[in-house]
Amino acid sequence: MTDNSLPATKMSARDVHVYYGATHAIKGVSIDVDQENVTAFIGPSGCGKSTFLRTLNRMNDTIPIARVEGDITLDGENIYSPAMDVVQLRARVGMVFQKPNPFPKSIYENVAYGPRIHGLAPVKSDMDRVVEQSLRRAGLWEEVKDRLHDSGTALSGGQQQRLCIARAIAVDPEVILMDEPCSALDPIATAKIEELIHELRGRYAIVIVTHNMQQAARVSQRTAFFHLGHLVEYGVTSDIFTNPRQERTKDYITGRYG
Amino acid sequence: MTLFPLILLAFGLALIGWLVARARAARLQSSGRERLHSLPGQHGWYVAMWIAAPTLIFIAFWSWLSPALVVDAVLATPEAAQLPAAGFERQAILGEARALAGTEGLGAFNPLAETLAPAFEVYIARYAWIGTGIAVLLAFAGGAYAFTRIAPAFRARTQVERGVMLMLLVASLIAILTTLGIFLSLLFESARFFSIVSITDFLFGTVWSPQVISERDPGATLGAVPLFWGTFFIGAVIAMAVAIPLGLMSAIYLTQYAAPAVRRWMKPLLEILAGVPTVVYGYFAALTVGPALRDFAALLGFPYASSESALAAGLVMGVMIIPFVSSMADDSIAAVPTSMRDGSLAMGATTSETIGRVLLPAALPGVVAGILLAVSRAIGETMIVVMAASGAANITLNPMESATTVTKQIVDLLTGEAEFDSPKTLAAFALGLTLFVITFLLNIVALRVVKRYREAYE
Repeated sequence: MTDNSLPATKMSARDVHVYYGATHAIKGVSIDVDQENVTAFIGPSGCGKSTFLRTLNRMNDTIPIARVEGDITLDGENIYSPAMDVVQLRARVGMVFQKPNPFPKSIYENVAYGPRIHGLAPVKSDMDRVVEQSLRRAGLWEEVKDRLHDSGTALSGGQQQRLCIARAIAVDPEVILMDEPCSALDPIATAKIEELIHELRGRYAIVIVTHNMQQAARVSQRTAFFHLGHLVEYGVTSDIFTNPRQERTKDYITGRYG
Repeated sequence: MTLFPLILLAFGLALIGWLVARARAARLQSSGRERLHSLPGQHGWYVAMWIAAPTLIFIAFWSWLSPALVVDAVLATPEAAQLPAAGFERQAILGEARALAGTEGLGAFNPLAETLAPAFEVYIARYAWIGTGIAVLLAFAGGAYAFTRIAPAFRARTQVERGVMLMLLVASLIAILTTLGIFLSLLFESARFFSIVSITDFLFGTVWSPQVISERDPGATLGAVPLFWGTFFIGAVIAMAVAIPLGLMSAIYLTQYAAPAVRRWMKPLLEILAGVPTVVYGYFAALTVGPALRDFAALLGFPYASSESALAAGLVMGVMIIPFVSSMADDSIAAVPTSMRDGSLAMGATTSETIGRVLLPAALPGVVAGILLAVSRAIGETMIVVMAASGAANITLNPMESATTVTKQIVDLLTGEAEFDSPKTLAAFALGLTLFVITFLLNIVALRVVKRYREAYE
């Protein structure tokens, strides 16, 4: 890394391996995700970047055949230790998915879902405030404030994705994981999400998986290049894109494969 | 010729037509001046269709018409002049004579039948030959017409396609027409019933006692309310109180919690429940559950509990329809996109919170449709109530008391020795019609709910 000031590490992975049954999907990945920056995971399809992202809030637990080895810590705490409550972990490490997946409920109820489960806003007025604040931070408030009780699924794709971001923000997480959040959106909606990522940066540690290298260059300060389950190169985004140290990174960035 | 050889003949001629036409088309092809539009085999099918279709249609028509023609011919003979003028006896003699025709050495019950038998024999044979002749003629006419159309440019492929379409259409119409026929026959018999008993007496009367029907006011003891109440109470209340929670919970367990290996053997086991013959459930209810419930009630201090209680029939019926509820619920929960489930889990919700707050609300229409179908199945169910429920038509809310259902009463009415046009027997048709209408409406509502649900997710 050429950057001299090392920001505080938020999440840290050491020698992580993931297996899907007999398939060895992630092969010894070690990486530090810091608090201040947006970290992008890039790489060709099937390289394991989404799989690795899902180990960071233990979403791989929902897949019966998946097995994770190695250490992953959040503020120094091992998230795979038996002492870690996965419900608490996911409240601290939120996630936004590839395809917008609002619940078939009203806009208000979508945002209130997390706070309600975790008992964060027991009084209605508190809840109203949390919903408004989350929607404001997600840049959706002005568009939906007059129809909070319409169905979340009736919004456009881009609005749905921002609703999902508002939903993730509502429980006040420390880290937000985004799994190709713009791959189902048109360029205008994509630009809005990217703008939003800029605004959220600093408040939350953000990790974004993308197969769009321009997007990685635009939104992130750190970039990790994955290939065939290996972390090939990790560093400051501008370095990765202008001066990659690894031949494979260079080949991918210049479009030789991918 | 009788029906079966005649049909065989039609197919035989069609086969010959197929072979000849295919050979002709193949020869046209090999002569090679012009390219054939359709394959030789398709020309073969075209000709075969033109032979088989008119012939088979005629055979169907003829087998319906010829018995009447035979009887007319027999009645025109001098021997028939001695027949009684009309009514039951005349029909009986004609029937016996027909049965005697063509058999040797069987004694006749009625001597007149014996004298008419030879005439029947003659005319049956004569009309059979006429029928065969016309059938063969039609086969040749159809075949000849089709054969002359074989030419390189002839679009046999399109014509055969149309023929296939027609055949499939007829097949689906047969199912629909059968339903319609059942409905109409119910409607006619019910109309006869309602000409004796007023429709309001039947639908709103609260006394059901078909054993004592007064001549002057037959409607007074043919009120269907107790039956429909019993049906509703056993089929929609008690049975559903068993089937909905158990079915739903097993569906949730199987889709959300069970390991794939567990699901692999548990789901088929659950579906075996749907394969148990209802009569087996019936004696399970009558011989095991009913007495057990009675003893249990006695233990609790209700000494006069009946072993033929509404509860016994309802409980067993509920168990029977668990697979209906659980498989519909299973399908609709599984149809909720995984992204919903992941979205909820990623918010830190537990599996049961995810089920209760996201999956079930999203799957609700499908679940409701499954429940409606199960209700319509339960209220149409006969065997369990025939065996386990009593015949006493009570309007009661006490599940330990006996209650009866519509289907049980239909069986009782029709297995008696009453005349076929008495109000007692005809009441069975009116009950059947009402039940048919109710289950029909339930099915329509269920299908609509399912349809709306599909639109939401696909």
